[in-house]
Order: sequence, then C-alpha cells, then structure tokens
Amino acid sequence: MDFVLTLVNGLSLGGIYAMIALGYTMVYGIAKMLNFAHGDIIMVGGYTVLIFLSINPILAIVASMIFCLLLGIVVEKVAYKPLRGASPLAVLITAIGVSYLLQSLALIIFGAQPEYVIIADLGVLNIGEISIGYNTIITLVSTVIIMIALTLFVKYTKIGRAMVAVSEDKDAARLMGININMIITITFAIGSSLAALAGVFSLLKVPTITPTYGSMPGIKAFTAAVIGGIGSIPGAMVGGIFLGIVECICNSIPELAPYTIAIEFLILIVILLVKPSGILGKKRREKV
Amino acid sequence: MALLEVKDLEVNYGLIKAIKGVSFEVNEGEIVALIGANGAGKTTIMHAINGIIPKARGNVTLQGEDITSTPAHKLIYKGMAQVPEGRRIFQELTVFENLQLGYYSKKGKAEFEEKLTEMYEHFPILKQRSSQIAGTLSGGEQQMLAMSRAMMSSPKLLLLDEPSMGLSPLYVNTIFEMIETVNKQGTTVLLVEQNAKKALTIANRGYVLEIGKMVKTGTGADLLNDEEIVKAYLGG
Ligand SMILES: Nc1ncnc2c1ncn2[C@@H]1O[C@H](COP(=O)(O)OP(=O)(O)OP(=O)(O)O)[C@@H](O)[C@H]1O
Ligand SMILES: [Mg+2]
Repeated sequence: MDFVLTLVNGLSLGGIYAMIALGYTMVYGIAKMLNFAHGDIIMVGGYTVLIFLSINPILAIVASMIFCLLLGIVVEKVAYKPLRGASPLAVLITAIGVSYLLQSLALIIFGAQPEYVIIADLGVLNIGEISIGYNTIITLVSTVIIMIALTLFVKYTKIGRAMVAVSEDKDAARLMGININMIITITFAIGSSLAALAGVFSLLKVPTITPTYGSMPGIKAFTAAVIGGIGSIPGAMVGGIFLGIVECICNSIPELAPYTIAIEFLILIVILLVKPSGILGKKRREKV
Repeated sequence: MALLEVKDLEVNYGLIKAIKGVSFEVNEGEIVALIGANGAGKTTIMHAINGIIPKARGNVTLQGEDITSTPAHKLIYKGMAQVPEGRRIFQELTVFENLQLGYYSKKGKAEFEEKLTEMYEHFPILKQRSSQIAGTLSGGEQQMLAMSRAMMSSPKLLLLDEPSMGLSPLYVNTIFEMIETVNKQGTTVLLVEQNAKKALTIANRGYVLEIGKMVKTGTGADLLNDEEIVKAYLGG
C-alpha cells in the first residue's frame, strides 16, 4: 500500500519535473541553447502567485502564467536574440547571468526569508487505506492533459510542424517560409508558462518560496531532460516521470533518503555513459 | 525585364573570396543552367540569392523588386522556391508532413489538396509512401520529395541545386522529366548541375562558372558544342 502511495507521489512529482523539462528540451531543440535561467522562471511564477493570491487563487495562477510567458519572451529578445550565431559558451554564460539577475531581483523585492504561498487547502482523498492529497491528483491529471495537448499541438498544427522543422534544419525551414524568430518566441512562451504552472504545483506540495526556489527543480528537470534525451519532447516527459519516481522511492527508504539527490545525478551519469543521447534521444549528425 | 537578375555578386567566407563579382539573369519561362566544377561556387550563389548566407556586394532583383537584403523566409512568399543541395528534406517527418511544410507559405485547403494530387500524379511512389518517415526513403525518392515539396508553393521561380546528385540513371531521367514538365507549366528554373550534358540539353541558356567567376555564357546548344566546355565538363 505504501508503495502505491510512493508511486502516485512519484508520478506527480515527475509530472512537475516533466513540465519544467519540456521548457529546457523545446528551447534546446529549437534554439540549440541551454537556457539555464529556465528554473528561475518557476520562482518568478511563484512570487507572482503570491502577489495576486489575496485577490483570487485562480486569477493568481493565470496571472503567473501570463507574466512568465511575457518574461520568457522578453528574456529571449533582450538577452539571447542578440547572441544568435555566437559561441554556445557565450550564450550559456548569458543564461547563467540572467538566472542570477532574476534571483537578485527577487532578493531585493521579497528578501531572503521564505514567504508562505498557500494557494488552496485541497484536502485528501481516502481510498481504503490509502490517502492521497488532492493536490497530487490535480497535478497528475494536469500533467497528463498538458502532455497530450502539447503532443497534439506539435503533431497536428501548422506552428507545431514548423517547430519540428526548425529543430531539424533551420535553413531548410526558412526556405519553406518559416520565420525562425517567431518560432523561437513561441517556444519560449510555451516553456515559460509551463514553468509557471510547475511552480504552482510545487507550491501546492510545499507552500514556501525563496529567491533560489527555482534552482533545484530547475537542475533536476534539466537532468530529467538529458536523461530522456535533450531535444525530444516525449523524452522530457519520460525523463521527468522517471526522475520523480526514483526520487520518491529513494525518499521512502530511510537508508537511501539522505542520498536521493546523489542517486539521481548518478543515474544521469550512468545514462550518459551508456546512451549519451538519452533514453529517447536520437543521434543526429550535426550539420555545419 | 528579367525574372531574376543577379548583379556584381560577391560572397566571402571569412577572408576567402568565394564569389568574385558574378552577374547573370533568368528570364521568365526559361530553364537556365549554371555549370562548373566542384568548388566553383554554384551552391554559394544559390544560398546568397535566397538569403541563407550574406552577400558582400552586389544586388539581386526578383521581378524588378530588390530582394538583396530580404530575409530568407520571406522569399517563398514572393514566388521563389528552392531544392537545396543535399535535398534537406525533414527526415523525422512523414512524406505528407514534408509536403505540408512545402505549402507553409500558402493558404487554402482546397488548393492544398489540388497541389498534393498534382505531386502524387508526378511521383506516384510518394503517394504510396505518404505516411512513411522521410528519412527512410531511398535517395531517389527523397529527391522526388524535395522537388515536390518545393513545387507545393507553386513558385514562379524554382532554384535547383544538383537535383540529380547521387541518383541512378533511371531516377535522373525522372527528375529531368519533372523539371521540363514544371517548366512547360510555367515555372522558370535556375538549375545547378554536375550532370552538365543533361542540364545543357534541357536548358535554354547556360552559364559557366570557374572559381567564383562567370567565364562563359550561351544557349544550351552552343555550350554543348563548345570545344572547351566539352573538354572540361562533358568528358569529351
Ligand atoms: N561555409 C564555408 N566556409 C568556408 N568556405 C566555404 C564554405 N562553403 C563553401 N566554401 C568554399 O567556397 C567555395 C565554393 O563552394 P560551393 O559549395 O559554392 O561550390 P559548388 O560549386 O557548389 O561545388 P559542388 O559542385 O562541389 O557542390 C569552395 O572553395 C568551398 O570550399
Ligand atoms: Mg554545390
């Protein structure tokens, strides 16, 4: 019974990782860059919820998603777009700079003490001996809906197809009439609003936030994206769920619990050694 | 007024001058062949025209409109489509999805179906393989797909960079027949080819490029009979 609960918790935590990992993986696929500021978008989303919470929780969630969506677009336009074609290292360092900038701004505005962001007290569902928090269930259901929606979007819409085309061959995509900049903007918008949503679900689990709130989930989700195969959307989903389950199983075994994070990164290393392109990643010849 | 006019084009790769002042034109309704040895700069010219690589000097006009600094993704909306060197089809997508992307710049479901049917009539194999992942097609089938993808937008001007590369004679014939057909149906063609003989045979006019410079021009027939050309490019 305990194991079922661990599994359900793992699935829901994994869903949160997957939501964040999707942002990493889509941006990597389309813009060929690692957006290390992506985790901090979660933090910004959390504080946005805090600001609007007194008005209405639903409004706060929507506001957080919209604000992060716009922030993602602005960050891309201001920080990354001027570096199109620059060396990957320059882009990476800029992304780290953006990450510190967002954290420092949060520190100035909200201070270093944790803030409590209690979005809603949802209670628990009792099925026989198992009691599952409604927050866990909502997270799970939302994750499934988002994944299905995103998969359908990529597969069956014109913009989605253009995204796949850009991620495979930018120049050929341009010859089709696809505006690369527009596709990159859309990608950042989707990734950032998913990060905001991931922040909301994290806060439903543990309702405290600090300026470094996004770092750990950001790194874990990045790990998940790499495990699943960076650049691959199903890979981010699989990697995220996998990592969430591993984390919850480790945490449920007292002897392993202190080493959970180490174990997660160990898995990353092992996967990188065995299959460097990740579980669902494709080996792709890099075109010059 | 020529449909496509290239004037004093210069292209550099860093310090290397790849194209050193090239001018030529393609008139409406023509097939114009651009021939030259490996590394002469044919692909560079194609990419400079379509805005994939920057021009150091010179200008390009399409139907009298200056497109020298038009971004690459806008050119298809002005009626210029391309089959790039090495096909560059979207390997991870299906044949059908590739054709949908070829129609990206256009609107209208009925016209799409019409175009699609037309392509499937040209190349029935593509219809059979419509839901196959394009990366798993044979080289010849991929080339047919690249050609069809470019034609989906009903371009006025079609740029072809070595459409017969790596194909067996049977496929080469199929591709050249398609080029002649689309030309008869009103598409103007600029054709880069290693297969100079075949290219000049179907071309109205040809240009010969040598290390970044145009060294000769004439009608297809003239160039086919030119002794130097025969020696250098036709294995005579
Ligand atoms: N990205 C690049 N960087 C540096 N030099 C390049 C680059 N691309 C092409 N060149 C050089 O420019 C010259 C022209 O190349 P281009 O590809 O245009 O030749 P081509 O006529 O298309 O040859 P082929 O028949 O082999 O396709 C060559 O000397 C080539 O080495
Ligand atoms: Mg070439």
